[in-house]
Amino acid sequence: MKSRPATIRIAAGQGFWGDWLEAPYRQVTGGPVDYLMMDYLAEVTMSILQKQKARDPSLGYARDFIPLMERILPTVAERGIKITANAGGVNPQACAQAVAEVARRLVTGDDLLGRLDGLLARGHELRNLDTGRPLSDVRDRVLSANAYLGAWPVVDALRGGADVVVTGRVTDTGLTLGPLIHAFGWRPDAWDLLAAGTVAGHTIECGAQCSGGNCLVDWERIPDLANVGYPIVDAAPDGTFEIFKHPGTGGRISVAGVTEQLVYEMGNPAEYITPDCVADFTTIRLEQKGKDRVRVSGVKGRPATDKLKVSVAYFYGYKAVGTLVYAWPDAYKKAQAADRILRERLADLDLKFEAVLTEFVGADATHGPLARAAARLDELPEVQLRIGVRSRDKPAVERFTREIAPLILNGPPSVTGFAGGRPKPEEVVAYWPALLDKHMVEPCVDVVEV
Amino acid sequence: MKRIRLLDIAHARSGDKGDTANVGLIALKPEYYPILVKHVTAARVARHFKGMISGPVERYELPNLRALNFLLHGALDGGGTISLKTDAQGKVFSTALLRLEVAVPR
Repeated sequence: MKSRPATIRIAAGQGFWGDWLEAPYRQVTGGPVDYLMMDYLAEVTMSILQKQKARDPSLGYARDFIPLMERILPTVAERGIKITANAGGVNPQACAQAVAEVARRLVTGDDLLGRLDGLLARGHELRNLDTGRPLSDVRDRVLSANAYLGAWPVVDALRGGADVVVTGRVTDTGLTLGPLIHAFGWRPDAWDLLAAGTVAGHTIECGAQCSGGNCLVDWERIPDLANVGYPIVDAAPDGTFEIFKHPGTGGRISVAGVTEQLVYEMGNPAEYITPDCVADFTTIRLEQKGKDRVRVSGVKGRPATDKLKVSVAYFYGYKAVGTLVYAWPDAYKKAQAADRILRERLADLDLKFEAVLTEFVGADATHGPLARAAARLDELPEVQLRIGVRSRDKPAVERFTREIAPLILNGPPSVTGFAGGRPKPEEVVAYWPALLDKHMVEPCVDVVEV
Repeated sequence: MKRIRLLDIAHARSGDKGDTANVGLIALKPEYYPILVKHVTAARVARHFKGMISGPVERYELPNLRALNFLLHGALDGGGTISLKTDAQGKVFSTALLRLEVAVPR
């Protein structure tokens, strides 16, 4: 039996696809860490990646993961740092292929698309968790279907000797919990420990969002965000852990900031459901242990449910958003007038849209009627008219995109901000969340030797 | 009694799950948490966001973090990639909630 470490350090390198490219390099070079965890996937991301794969079957993963790996691998190999990343998106095989030159790695499979009709035929309706509708409603438009896998396939990969674990739709938290289970030998029914590891994962899965980024409390005095330190979990075998960041980095790790991250994207806090356990966020204890160090303890968990969440991407239709900027005086009134004119023209053309949404950026786009009630709308220096349409009918959306520019010369005055040209109709690939019996999904772990 | 904005006694962060926005509302000091629990009810928040959300509001309590979590259903014009909203992922419902005013003893 190999000896277990006293603590392990798991560093967050990416909080989403498109996060700061410098962060992973700084995490592996800025001080000792054992694992680098990189979360690439959000609900929206899966849809975007599916769109890319539909255009080119060799795509569908986070492409910038490859040059990133090339950059950090010398350091990672020298220091023995292992990597967990769900950069595989909807095409983990292609992602693994692309990193073939750089490391020994493993891939886990979560793809349900080929089995979808069989599942539906056997009575698994995959009802939409938000609307309650059965998947058969949109079956002919389904582009991908992936089960959210948990930490255990990651554990299997690490036990198989993987240095780099590239996954598809593994949960954000599983990428952190997996290394903890592997390092400390946590058992599958140690629910409190699995819940603690899940909380650790949730805390750092959004990267700098728990170390001073997007932090509302005292935001102006959070130091040196230009060099913000991404969070690192320093975890003990008993399920307690501390969040810290490398010395000399910017940002701040405080109870207030960690609390903001804990409640981020939260549902019922007593039932944070993952494939691995049900974590109770109402049991979490936070304590400031020193500058930029927060201790987390007390986490309780319950047995996992017998379901897995499934993420289905399906073709929804088209949308386009056009904008124009109106200047003082009467900027808001001019933008409102332009909106009325545009809507009248769309109606005269008899174009059918599922939705037409107008926002006045600078007046009410983010806070709606709450903002209108609080602002001096007659004195705004400028207002951006932002109008969007959505439809299954592509020609209608295309025609809409031609109706913005004419307003510059044939609508209300003092208008500018059209340098971007005509808006482009965009295909909408939508997200369909559902549940599936766990025993229907067999995670697959491929060991790829290099 | 005096009226104060939640901005003065709380901070917040919001995010999305499908067409639902969640807002975590956190007391800036321990003594403010009971004010949040008492005044910032689900019904009050639903009134606050009238015209901005099409579904109900749920509230959960996290006394350990001195926080309340609100789920605002039907807040995101379909959410995710479908939504036409600037704030399609509900990122700034957080500060919109902090505009709410409550009456507290002087």
